[in-house]
Amino acid sequence: MTLSRRARSTLIAYLFLLPALTLLAVFTFYPVIYGTVLSLFSYDIINPPRYVGLEQFHKLLRDRYFWIALTNSAKYVLVVPVIQLCSILLAVLVNRKLRGIQAFRAAYYIPVVTSWPVVGIMWTWMYDQAGIVNWVLRGLGALDRPLSWLSHPTLTLYAVMFVTLWKGLGWYMVIYLAGLQSIPTEYEEAAGIDGASRARIFWHITVPLLRPYVLLASLISTMAAVKVFEEIYVMTRGGPFFSTYTMFMYIFDEAFQELNMGYAAALAVVLAAVILVFSVLNFRVFRRGGLEYY
Amino acid sequence: MRATGAGRGRLFVLYALLAALAVFTTFPFFWTLLISLKTSGPIFAIPPDLSLRGLSAANYAGVWNTLPLPRYVLNSLYISVVGVGLTLVICSLAAYPLARMQFPGKNIVFYAIIATLMLPEHIGLIVNFVTMIKLRLVDTYTSVFLPSLASIFGIFLLRQAYLSVPQELEDAARIDGASDFVIWRRVMLPLITPALATLAIFQFVAFWNSFLWPIIILKTPDKYPLAAGLLYLRGLFAHNTRYIAAGTVIATLPIVVAFLFTQRYFMRGITAGAIR
Repeated sequence: MTLSRRARSTLIAYLFLLPALTLLAVFTFYPVIYGTVLSLFSYDIINPPRYVGLEQFHKLLRDRYFWIALTNSAKYVLVVPVIQLCSILLAVLVNRKLRGIQAFRAAYYIPVVTSWPVVGIMWTWMYDQAGIVNWVLRGLGALDRPLSWLSHPTLTLYAVMFVTLWKGLGWYMVIYLAGLQSIPTEYEEAAGIDGASRARIFWHITVPLLRPYVLLASLISTMAAVKVFEEIYVMTRGGPFFSTYTMFMYIFDEAFQELNMGYAAALAVVLAAVILVFSVLNFRVFRRGGLEYY
Repeated sequence: MRATGAGRGRLFVLYALLAALAVFTTFPFFWTLLISLKTSGPIFAIPPDLSLRGLSAANYAGVWNTLPLPRYVLNSLYISVVGVGLTLVICSLAAYPLARMQFPGKNIVFYAIIATLMLPEHIGLIVNFVTMIKLRLVDTYTSVFLPSLASIFGIFLLRQAYLSVPQELEDAARIDGASDFVIWRRVMLPLITPALATLAIFQFVAFWNSFLWPIIILKTPDKYPLAAGLLYLRGLFAHNTRYIAAGTVIATLPIVVAFLFTQRYFMRGITAGAIR
């Protein structure tokens, strides 16, 4: 069999791509299509899927737990600006040539490479009634009696957010560090010569120039916040009284505890739509920026 | 920095701040280590017992001998090593034509791969579970690593590395009559070793730390990787805090040590993967 050179090289290229494309097709593309279709079916794995149309979406609107979960997932987005601001400040702090700075950067990064179960176990102890968090806060005079942080009806969600911040800080720091190192130093130097204060330089020069990085990081961070799962699962499982029950927790329970795969798929489709809305908002807020800002 | 009085004062404040932040990010680890190294006294007390008296390795011996921790470590090692090996093969193959060959459909393939970054992966969890049932792979180690082998991050990272290989090297090999496969294997792969190392480290950490997909797809707790197993043990032995602390240290130490030795690759990997 003789093939033209062009046909041959095309064939070879696709042979190289074959294993990856097969895996992506089966485990990445197909799930999105089938998952969307599945949201129109009632499916419990044992019996074959049964078409129910939009029934599950109607049910969802009347489902109390859906609204609780949706509210908590939306609330979780509050953690995004806090993480971004803290990690930008941290990146500015470590973006200098200083003896031992690598060791400090490493120390801030260690929570990132730690698994969620380990983080969950450690922070459950930190948050104990007689744990470190209460000890420190009482020492600082911020609390007059110890709190049970992980079983408090209103505070627990924020306590979990704090762990998200603790674990994510180092990762975003590295992103912003790369951003800071891509900014030519002349801008900041010029402003300094003109007598601008450090705070003004930070807000009016550094942050605007970092905008593309802020967009990227807050996009990633928002998507992660809306579908928050791991930190909840390892610390509260949604409790107390569903006060930390999020969309992904609900999807997880419906799919893998109750085996309501169809209903879980409907919830997942809604979650995907919510993520999309938040991502678009993100783009609108941070679109302008970078060097073309000036 | 000038060694003037004011400069020195500023430097001191800077280091104090850096140190305070380092305590904030690492304190839970030291506290867990301390809990795991003691055998008596109250664990939770105000003020906490932060002294270094009476340290012993008894909890480590206990958790290692009485709980299935060695089993979990072996599971994790198997899943991570096989998973990383296959990831390297699949990604280094896929990235090559995307970087160095011209063929119809190249852009479509490339953008399709980019598009996956925008796809909601939580839907994947549900459908992949159904797929694994159909493939009769539920409760196997293969099911744990199979969905994450075609790493998008990996394909991008390696594509970037291939792009930086000078064209002359490829031309020279082609004149010598080498086939595409031989060029890939003998010329390209050796030149992208740093990128391969970066990918290997990232995937290793990801597999070592994974717990969500494993607890979904594995039905026998004995097959759990370490992170998932630890969570399972905490559920069963919540009262034995010191054993769980020892298990936590065993699960964390290899990753932290590996990270400290390969820090450079890490920082490079994140920025290469995320900034594009």
